[in-house]
Amino acid sequence: MKRRNFVQYAGLGTGALLMPSLLMGREIPQEALLHPGMDNAVKKRLADVALNTAKSLGATYADARIGRYLNQYVFTREDKVQNVVNTESFGIGIRVIANGTWGFSSTNSVTEDGIKKATEQAVAIAKANSGIQKEPVVLAPVQTHGEVSWKTPITKDFREVPVSDKVDLLLSANAAAMENGASFVNSALFMVNEQKYFASTDGNYIDQDVHRIWPTFGVTAIDRQAGKFKSRQAMSAPMGMGFEYMDGLDSEKLEGPAGIKLYRNSYDIVEDAVLAAQQAQQMLTAKSVEAGKYDLVLEPNHLGLTIHESVGHPLELDRVLGYEANYAGTSFATLDKWKSGDFKYGSDIVNLVADKTQPGSLGAVGYDDEGVKTKKWDLVRNGILTNYQAIRDQVHMIDQNESHGCCYAQSWDDVQFQRMPNVSLEPGTEKYGIADMIRDVEKGIYIAGRGSYSIDQQRYNFQFGGTVFYEIRNGEVVGMLDDVAYQSNTQEFWNSCVKICDESDYRLFGSFFDGKGQPSQISAVSHGSSTSRFNDVNVINTGRTI
Amino acid sequence: MAIYTKDEARTILEKALSFSKADACEINLNGSNSGNIRYARNTVSTSGHSSNQTLVVQSSFGKKSGTATIDEFDDASLEKVVRRAEELAQLSPENPEFMEPLGPQEYADSRTYRESTANITPEYRAKVASSSIDPAAAQDVTAAGFFNDSESFSAMINSNGLFAYNQATGMDFTVTMRTNDGTGSGWVSRDYNDVTKFDAAAASKIAIDKAVMSREARAIEPGKYTVILEPAASNDLLSNMFSSFSARSADEGRNFMSTPDGGNKLGQKIVDERVTLWSDPQHPDVPTATWNGAGQPLKKTMWIENGVVKNLAYDRYWAEQKGVEPVPFPSNAIMAGGDASLQDLIESTSKGILVTRLWYIRSVDPQTLLYTGLTRDGTFYIENGKIKHPVKNFRFNESPIIMLNNLETLGQQVRIDGNLIPYMKIRDFTFTSLSDAV
Repeated sequence: MKRRNFVQYAGLGTGALLMPSLLMGREIPQEALLHPGMDNAVKKRLADVALNTAKSLGATYADARIGRYLNQYVFTREDKVQNVVNTESFGIGIRVIANGTWGFSSTNSVTEDGIKKATEQAVAIAKANSGIQKEPVVLAPVQTHGEVSWKTPITKDFREVPVSDKVDLLLSANAAAMENGASFVNSALFMVNEQKYFASTDGNYIDQDVHRIWPTFGVTAIDRQAGKFKSRQAMSAPMGMGFEYMDGLDSEKLEGPAGIKLYRNSYDIVEDAVLAAQQAQQMLTAKSVEAGKYDLVLEPNHLGLTIHESVGHPLELDRVLGYEANYAGTSFATLDKWKSGDFKYGSDIVNLVADKTQPGSLGAVGYDDEGVKTKKWDLVRNGILTNYQAIRDQVHMIDQNESHGCCYAQSWDDVQFQRMPNVSLEPGTEKYGIADMIRDVEKGIYIAGRGSYSIDQQRYNFQFGGTVFYEIRNGEVVGMLDDVAYQSNTQEFWNSCVKICDESDYRLFGSFFDGKGQPSQISAVSHGSSTSRFNDVNVINTGRTI
Repeated sequence: MAIYTKDEARTILEKALSFSKADACEINLNGSNSGNIRYARNTVSTSGHSSNQTLVVQSSFGKKSGTATIDEFDDASLEKVVRRAEELAQLSPENPEFMEPLGPQEYADSRTYRESTANITPEYRAKVASSSIDPAAAQDVTAAGFFNDSESFSAMINSNGLFAYNQATGMDFTVTMRTNDGTGSGWVSRDYNDVTKFDAAAASKIAIDKAVMSREARAIEPGKYTVILEPAASNDLLSNMFSSFSARSADEGRNFMSTPDGGNKLGQKIVDERVTLWSDPQHPDVPTATWNGAGQPLKKTMWIENGVVKNLAYDRYWAEQKGVEPVPFPSNAIMAGGDASLQDLIESTSKGILVTRLWYIRSVDPQTLLYTGLTRDGTFYIENGKIKHPVKNFRFNESPIIMLNNLETLGQQVRIDGNLIPYMKIRDFTFTSLSDAV
């Protein structure tokens, strides 16, 4: 309940975000964000203390992650700044294998003495648990890179942009919404910088500087007499970019049906707020959908969440193998289906790729959190299931000898484990735009933006809502709909995919706070796609009276 | 790291406060030690330990506030963090909703700390894991579980004379048992402040039994069914409902508690008259701290009595605007139950579904508090007072308000996730589709 309360206090509405308190770190002044932090030569010397201590205690493998995590969050509502939060978290996490068993410990005492003690504890935990260990850890080999570095390619570092500029931008968006008929508006900016130094007994010393940003808002329109309220969330996507994402470049804007504005690699928050206020009012009187079968035309900022839930999660190998059985669940995409070589995950035009290198995406890094160089690989090719997402201690279980490079920990004090890479739907190869797609639909619904989403623990049955819904009749958008949700089964749904727009429509959706594991950790991941059509999907009416 | 006593915490906080030159200053000090073990595939997977302690200073000049934090508590560090908060306050925009810090408060005694839980060792955690794994392996079942324990303290002081302190311990345990043929799954959850109340083997047996019982589930048509909800199932829906008990969003017209006249549903009957729901930080079975992070005393508070809304949460700002006393959000939820055991509820059911838990619950429509989600880890068909067979999982679309209006019978209370919730029999619970998930 405490997390939900935070969501309430942040005022963005249930489901808009999930921000674990542990990510808050310790609060610092804005100028401290620009402090360069510990020198790499010192980090290398301290990391070696962990590696050498672990080896001297009998560990067969060790890695150390010295992390400095900087966050800046700005929250506003209407004409008020609710909070500006700057946080810093700095420490070291040490992971070892002793007696064939993992052990992990962390400390914010980043000194020789503090690191030695934490390493001793990690080895002690590994040895204490080895008595009940039945499957000794097997690590796939990793390339030795030596001393290397990687940085998110940004052009505007959020840390150098004055807080007043950020506040002004959000307040302008709020004012634009209020002038256009909003009853309430909450807006927020989340900005993250991870400075990660990784060292392992494989001889890798990797320095990375990762940036992410998420602008978002919720606009509410109220008809008090009718006792109705409706909210429209932002059409932004969280991105692996700097503050340049907020430039609102015309060259990155796309026109959708019914006057909808869509954004690629640059977001115009004020323009979106105006449209949000207008659409929120339209929702108050929108026609309630008639339940039944419809052809769905799904916009990338909506379809991304469907990909995340119905492709990204079920193809995580740790879920398939049962490591997540007690929390997120297992997967319908079992090893026998993959081994058969002919499991039809989707129709022939469905190609789903995993990618840890895509520029602008939330998942892009040079190396993962166990020192593996990142790459791109197929998950589903021509509709057939071809691979999973796996890390060093898992790939031998699918007869592979190279990690996919998707290991991640949310902070220095959490143990790294397999996390979802960017998983994206490849665009169609023939020239075909959103207008062409609408024109070809007789009875359908166009859905844009993320909404309510729920899926079972093996990822068969799902129900998704959206931000805005428009009815399509005989090739034309005829008006807004309300109370829409679609229910389907993952395999059935992806096999009903009949058309995908070309790459001119391709955009990224993002999940900034994706949760997994016990204790739960968050990670950020993007999903790219072009607008796609799915035939004969079951739509339910969610309207009720209480 | 150290878990400071009340006197030690007070000494640090008073020292820090002595450096303040702001109009107002509020300082929180928190620390915790926590450990965990995680297992899956009948073997241990990851295990860890973490320690944290933090001092947070909020300084204010007029309506301008700044916050700074530190994890070292020598005099120089304490002065540095106070100066930093004051510098930040001077740079911050005014917050028109700023409230002066509270004056001295009276707090009831807390029952949240137990030595037994504070003394948990890595060896104890390993034993919890084997108490699940060994009996599972003996029955062709695979265990995946998580055990987490913590010892913590929190303290605060402010420039208006308030001081508060609390020490707490807690443990959480969940385990999922799956039959090796992949057709059955069971689950159990336990949480206590006092670990001596926890029996890992007994809890694990419940999950193993459910896994074995739920093999070869049959599909039945979705629709409206009488359901018996175990407390783990109803707790999640009720927690979602509780988090909407905000007077401000109701008064603003954006909450299911809003009324067309611009007010809220305080005093209105919204659910069956047998529904009574309150919070009580001193309840011996579900104790919490007796104050919240803002220093407000937490007291026994009635939220729904005989179906009627008795209180909504008012933060201090909104209470002042409305001319009422502030009512802090609750720290636990206690729902009145009845005498019926689970077995009694099953025996009194001619046709219905027994639900172990609900999963992936998401809001569909905040206007009606409509939620969707699925049953999981043990769903059974009941006929003529007996469990007949396991059924495939369902997706539901239901509102806790509709559910509590369709109340048939209240059963015994159980602690779940820090709350005390009864078994409930509900008629006309809405299942909208089937899931193949086990």
